[in-house]
This record gives sequence, C-alpha cells and structure tokens, in this order.
Amino acid sequence: MYVAVKGGERAIDNAHRLLAEDRRGDPSVPDISVAQIREQMKLAVGRVMTEGSVYDPDLAALALKQARGDMIEAIFLVRAYRTTLARFGNSLPVKTGAMKIDRRISAAFKDVPGGQILGPTFDYTHRLIDFKLAADGELPEEAISSEEAAPHALHVLDLLAGEGLVEMPEASINDEAPGDITRTPVEYPMDRQTRLQSLARGDEGFLLALGYSTQRGYAKNHPFAGEIRVGRVAVEFQPEELGFPIQIGEMEMTECNMINQFKGSKTAPPQFTRGYGVALGHGERKAMAMALVDRSLRAGELGEERTAPAQDEEFVLSHCDNVQATGFVEHLKLPHYVDFQSELNLVRKMRKQVDGCMTSAAKEAAE
Amino acid sequence: MRNENSNREAALQQAALSDDQRARQDWISVLSTSPTARLIELFDAVSDTPEFAFLRKPESGLIMTQGRIGGTGGAFNMGEMTVTRCSVQLTDGTIGHAYQAGRDKKKARCSAILDAMLQQPERHAEIMGTVIEPLKAEKAALDAARSKKIAATKVEFFTLVRGEN
Repeated sequence: MYVAVKGGERAIDNAHRLLAEDRRGDPSVPDISVAQIREQMKLAVGRVMTEGSVYDPDLAALALKQARGDMIEAIFLVRAYRTTLARFGNSLPVKTGAMKIDRRISAAFKDVPGGQILGPTFDYTHRLIDFKLAADGELPEEAISSEEAAPHALHVLDLLAGEGLVEMPEASINDEAPGDITRTPVEYPMDRQTRLQSLARGDEGFLLALGYSTQRGYAKNHPFAGEIRVGRVAVEFQPEELGFPIQIGEMEMTECNMINQFKGSKTAPPQFTRGYGVALGHGERKAMAMALVDRSLRAGELGEERTAPAQDEEFVLSHCDNVQATGFVEHLKLPHYVDFQSELNLVRKMRKQVDGCMTSAAKEAAE
Repeated sequence: MRNENSNREAALQQAALSDDQRARQDWISVLSTSPTARLIELFDAVSDTPEFAFLRKPESGLIMTQGRIGGTGGAFNMGEMTVTRCSVQLTDGTIGHAYQAGRDKKKARCSAILDAMLQQPERHAEIMGTVIEPLKAEKAALDAARSKKIAATKVEFFTLVRGEN
C-alpha cells in the first residue's frame, strides 16, 4: 500500500523556482520563443502532437519549451491539457488521397503516376555535422520548378489493387463510431480500428524497436514501403447548427502503407497484405514503425502463428503509451518510506528465522 | 454523440447541398485556413461592422480527427485537434458561425461576424471583395509557391541491372 507523505512545501517551491531558472539557462543567451520552436524544431513539435494526441503546433511548441525539450514530459503536458477541454465532436475521416503533397515516395514501385517526390528529407544526406548552421542562418538558394507538382496524387497501392495482388484496406466493423480508447475502457482482443488509435499515440521508440524486431525475424513479414506521403489534408466537421460539413482547418500529417508478403491461408489466396501507420505533422519513422506493428498484430486475423512479442496485442498495446509507462516507472522516485519500512521489517523477520535455523543446524552438526 | 452519425451522412448530403450552402462552405473554408493576423487586419479595415450579440461566446475545445485504414478503408480515430468556435447574431437576425482549428478566440469571433455579414445581400459582395477574395488569392499563391519547390524534388530513379554492360 502506498502511504502519502506531508510537508516539504518550502523545499518543493524552491525546487520549482530553481527549475524555472535552469529552464531559462544562461540569461546572457536570448530566450527562445514558442514561434521559434514551432518553426525550427518542427519534427519535435510533430512528435509531441502525435503522441500527445492533439494537433496544435503552438501548444506542442509551448509544451516543449516548458519541458526543457524533454519529449515525454511535453507529451504528458499536452495530454493533461486535453482533459481540460470539451469535445465538440468527430471530424469526417480525412482524405489522404487528396493530400496537398510535400513528399510522396514508394520504395516498391519505381514508376508511380504523379512521380516520386522527395520533398524536404534527410534521406540521401551524408549525416555530417554542418558547422555552417552554427555560424550563420543563411538559406541555400532555392530550387523552384517551373511547374507545380500535381495538386494531389492517388494512393500507389490503390492503383495496383485492381489485380487483386495487394489486399484492399478493410472496411470498419463500425464505421460510424470507431472504438475510442479515450472514452471506453480498453478490452482485448481489440479491433483493428481501435488498435490503430492506440498505436497512433504510441511511443515512437517502443514501436520502432518492435518494428525492427519484426524485420530481424521475430514475426518475420518481409515489408516494403509501398508508399510514404507527407502533406496537408483538409479537416472537415459538420456542426449540428449548420447541417452541412465545413472545413475547419488544414492538418499536416504523414501516412505509410507497408506491403508484406503473404503466402495465403485456407481462406485467402497468396497476395500482398498491408500495414498502416500515421503521424500528425511530419513523422516518417513513427508512421513506418506503426505500419510494421499494425501488420504484425494482424497475425491472428491472417492465420499466422503468434510467436513474437510484436504479435502479442495485449503486450504491445498495454505498453506502447509512454505517458502511462513514464507515470508508473517514474512514480518510483516519489517517497515510498512507509512501503519500504514495512518490507524492511519483513526482511529482518525472515532473516531472524533463517539465522535461527542456521544456528540450530550448526549446533546439531557440532554435536 | 449526435455528430458521430451526422458526419457520416454529411458525405451523402454533399450532393444535395444548395448553391447558397456551397458558397458558404467555400467562404468558411477560406476564413478557417487563413493566417490569423491577416484575417484580423482585413476585418479591421471593414467599415461599419454591424452590432451583434453572442449566441455562443468564443470557446476552445477539441474535435477528434478521423483517418481511414490504409487511407481508404474503415474509419479510425487518429487524434484530437484544438478547435475554437463562436456564434453571433446580427440585429437583423442573421446568424454567423465559426469552427476553426487552433485556440484563437479573436479569429473565431471575427470569422463568425464575417460569416453573418456574407449572408446579408447588402454586404455580401463587399465582404467577398475586401476579405474573402484577397485571403483566397494569398493562400493560393502560397500553395502554388510551395508546390513549385516540391515539384523541383521530383526524381526519376533508374534501376541498374547487375551483370549488364
């Protein structure tokens, strides 16, 4: 049993004051603005939005500033903030096929209609530290095409679905009200829709490691990046008072469709199956890892033997939330004095009994 | 929640919308996606902004955004988005609404007033000309400039066959 402690208010206040001072750092260095974080630490902001599960770049940037750059602390702040707000309703499902494309690549199909569009990517860079960034903030000369990119590009995999060699995404069992882990207690087994919500807010590092494990042979499913796309989608909502849907804004997001070999089962012919991943903002690693894990968690549905951690739904989903995980791990820092005292007494008692036995055994041996 | 079901029907209703509703959808989307500072600048330049009463004062909340499995399959909940809404009524009874991504209350208030003014036959053309069309053109120019930079990163990969000369 956990027994609370009292007191220490002054020390706690002072510790928080010191935290604020340390957060600011050397006062001779200019303070960083929320707008600077939002614009220049964009991928960090994206991760906080994805795992905080709230799209709001300014809010995520502020959380990062408050958390001194600690991702999970910032995610925690965003999750706490969302509980203070009422929910007005659900959006219409966003149309990623109509995305304003910033990046769209396929590692499986070379000649995709609309083309391979690299966009702003770290891929093909040499990963050498660029000391010029420390010296000045000058921008390289911009490269501009005389033509605009196609305003949107069709999903690569849908172009191939006609042949039946790649599965089409399933319809939902409950399209009108997909399961919502923020509203209903989690139950296993979980349908794929609800699983995707859970994975979408799951920890990038955890899903990355699990996705990696599937590539290394634990739940081997031989993936190809069928398509990765990044860009802006329109978010539409239908207010009751209007009676027709309206666009409430634009949201930047990342989507990954993995394709995997599937040798077929009793009910399904050999074909490629799919795993799906998303991230709010630009978050390719997260979307890819999520797609790998989404696919490995479909083992049961596809009649595959479940042998690896990445195929264990309850294990994966009940440990992928980093706010829950950090809460339980980090609570160990809080005073457990009474808890520990009782265990200390117990161990002393046990030791006494063991010592007693040993002494009498030694006596017998001597006799 | 009623919205969950009504949203699904929305797609079906889209075809049945009147021209007035489509026009309203269009200006609402322009207001929602415009930068706050610019929208407020244009709003402040409008002369004779009408008297209004709040039906709903600006308030921030959340909307759960949904995606589809594989991009086209069944719906699932992706994550929430902050949204600010506001409703106003002008003295002639016209009602204006705003639902906008983000937490900007002033933007929501200005947008709701503009939405109402745009429904008034005597102010419609003026507001379209001074607010909506400039915002739409500026957004289109920004999108086009971005699109040209993105297009410059389009690649053609060649496959090299091993053992070929």
